[in-house]
Amino acid sequence: MMGPVSPTRMSRRSLLASTAGALLISATSGRALTVSGGMPWAPNTASPPVPVRPGPWAFFTADEASLVEALVDRLIPPDDRGPGGRDAGCAVFIDRQLAGPYGRAGGLYMRPPFMPGAPTQGYQMPNTPAARYRAGLKALADYVKDAFGGKSFRELSSQDQDGVLAGLEKGSVVLKDVGGAQFLDLVLQNTMEGFFADPIYGGNREMAGWKLIGFPGARYDYRDWVERHNEPYPLPPVGIMGRADWTVRE
Amino acid sequence: MAQKLPPKDVVIIGLGWTGAILAYELAKAGLDVVAIERGPWRDTATDFPPAYVQDELRYAIRLDLFLRPAQETLTFRNNTGQTALPIREWASFLPGNGVGGAGVHWNGQTWRFLPTDFQVRSHLEQRYGKGMLPEDMTIQDWPVSYDELEPYYDRFEKLCGTSGKAGNVRGVKQDGGNPFEGWRSSEYPTPPLKQPYGPTLFAEAARKTGHSPFPQPASNLSEAYVNPLGIKLGQCTFCGFCERFGCGNYSKSSAQTCVLPALLRFPNFSAQTESEVTRINLDSTGKRATGVTYVDTSGNEWEQPADLVLVCAFALFNVRLLLLSGIGKPYEPQSGQGVVGRNYAYQTMSAVNLILKDKVLNPFIATGAIGMIVDDYNGDNFDHAGLGFVGGGYMGAYQTNARPILTRPLPKGTPRWGAQWKKATAETYQRAMSLGVHASSYSYRDCWLDLDPTYKDHLGRPLMRMTFDFHDNELKAAAYLTDRLADIARAMDPAEITALPRKGPYTITTYQTTHNTGGTVMGMDPATSVVNRYCQSWDVHNVFVPGGASVFPQNHGYNPTNTVGALAYWTADAIRDRYLKNPGPLM
Repeated sequence: MMGPVSPTRMSRRSLLASTAGALLISATSGRALTVSGGMPWAPNTASPPVPVRPGPWAFFTADEASLVEALVDRLIPPDDRGPGGRDAGCAVFIDRQLAGPYGRAGGLYMRPPFMPGAPTQGYQMPNTPAARYRAGLKALADYVKDAFGGKSFRELSSQDQDGVLAGLEKGSVVLKDVGGAQFLDLVLQNTMEGFFADPIYGGNREMAGWKLIGFPGARYDYRDWVERHNEPYPLPPVGIMGRADWTVRE
Repeated sequence: MAQKLPPKDVVIIGLGWTGAILAYELAKAGLDVVAIERGPWRDTATDFPPAYVQDELRYAIRLDLFLRPAQETLTFRNNTGQTALPIREWASFLPGNGVGGAGVHWNGQTWRFLPTDFQVRSHLEQRYGKGMLPEDMTIQDWPVSYDELEPYYDRFEKLCGTSGKAGNVRGVKQDGGNPFEGWRSSEYPTPPLKQPYGPTLFAEAARKTGHSPFPQPASNLSEAYVNPLGIKLGQCTFCGFCERFGCGNYSKSSAQTCVLPALLRFPNFSAQTESEVTRINLDSTGKRATGVTYVDTSGNEWEQPADLVLVCAFALFNVRLLLLSGIGKPYEPQSGQGVVGRNYAYQTMSAVNLILKDKVLNPFIATGAIGMIVDDYNGDNFDHAGLGFVGGGYMGAYQTNARPILTRPLPKGTPRWGAQWKKATAETYQRAMSLGVHASSYSYRDCWLDLDPTYKDHLGRPLMRMTFDFHDNELKAAAYLTDRLADIARAMDPAEITALPRKGPYTITTYQTTHNTGGTVMGMDPATSVVNRYCQSWDVHNVFVPGGASVFPQNHGYNPTNTVGALAYWTADAIRDRYLKNPGPLM
């Protein structure tokens, strides 16, 4: 046979199991496939998301994790509407994302030369999200220690914490070798992802984000409600794994 | 050294909408056809199951179904004063990947261009005089008329089962449809979708202000449907995970739901996936293609000889493949000579954001193409005299989703985080909506595509370079159209209204649309087009670019897919009925 060899569909699919943007076409994996003679199908070839497991931090050090938990809890503070970023699992979400393909800029174009460009040309630095967190968290911790007599961010009052974040946003808080506003943007973006993504990724715990706004989540059929105009949708949210109260949790 | 494969009659580069349509038509005609697709095989049951496809992070944020920039991207600059830099992460537009291509992740908005769009230059010059058009605007008439294309629009809509309400059946106006549309040979295959609350409120306001709202034509099906290929589609469930997602419900028209099950029944068709065509090979005369060379995921290089080469990749990558293969003369903007890469155009998107008083909109009850639209300000449907611009767009309330990572409307002045952010987010989500303007993007001398001198892809080939910015004509149109939309929006008595007309400069950092057009333009004159009116290369007669949006001479005020599908059928007929009988230039 002269034609390109096609390995089984299953082995190819197992390489598709990544949930994030990491699917690089590898030059060595031999996944090319010839399809003919009918629609191909084989069992166990889908690529469902892999649930985040509780447990130790995968990317953050203990100090970094403590700082990130404090940050996400000011970006999304707990109040009578529901939990804040920390109890909603946003730090866990960010930790697992940074430990995975997202953290290493998987799938992005990372070839040199890296040159600064116009704002319209987008991010042009070689730093991956993981590297940006490592540098940004250290610079922020150092800043707080200097500015607040050796205290850590977590030890500050809520007002002082908010003051630091507002200062980063406005540029009045300057971090060493790190763009403070850009770093805050990154943490804010990932915190919101964590708060509103499916709980399967470690954030949005008990669907706190979805309950806050009334988003029903991973439901798949609203045909009975399209024309029920101006009536609140009656069912609570569900995630890909179902609902917390459907299953017994430890 | 490439290993040579047994020859085929036809090799198709890319198995999306156009590739699947051409493969079906030519395999049915008895030809031996292979489609080579650089992305993976994808089908509904395995790849888009409703058990987990409703995952905003994976599909809409991390862009799981899209091309990885590490495999191929473009460099971009606004003008020649800048150095083009690589688009390291997609944002402004999102090229698809894999079998089904952009037809997997599209919204399903299924529009025809207006009859006058096909004669845009001659029509505008006749009505307003030649002085109306800016000197550097390079729009040109299409080499095909609306009347010629109408049967092919009809065919593509029937393939899709598009849901809508006709406004003009054989010249007879129909209540409830688009009064401005060109004539249609028949009603839409399925009735319009039911409308949620937001679009319904918009339609009331539009009527009150003297406009003619109608349901957007949607290839998210309002009812079960069997298409002419015998494939069954299901009724859309309004899940709100449509654009950027594959449909798990067989309700969004795509190569998967409309073509592949029938295509794969032909023993004379095969698909080769995860194999990237690196060039089209030419014989020693340079006037005839001998086939293509591709690289599989093991890094092995293969030569696939074929009598006919069909370039069916995404618009941007069609252009790059012709540039890399040396087919057609590359465009050079200083002299205006050359054609490949010329007349790159886009779309000019604007918005009016509303927060209503005490309303429950349930914005998550959505489909990619649902909505109520007014077309009063599209194309030349309105008098442009004295306005200082040409072109236009449709506008309306299209409720595609309210997935909360990306969609969390806030009142003006709300902080981006903290206690006030949280309160405002909770109080606004259910009563906010966004109205859109979807306007034309005419072509200009200084907007083009060529090969980048610096940056390379993973195979060491030059990336393509995009030089593009919005021009005054488009920005003036955006301002005018957004004002008209805001007029309608005010009749909805909103608590807050924010008009966001598109402003320059063009940026690749925020999503606008994936309607990238031009670069292998079709035309009647080889000096200003890459392919003739049958989408056949002027230079290499056995190479066709059958209807990808790269053949659009400029982009009009509608989504491109219906015109892409119609041109695919148009080209398939020309190849089957004319070219095969006498292979050679059709013009």
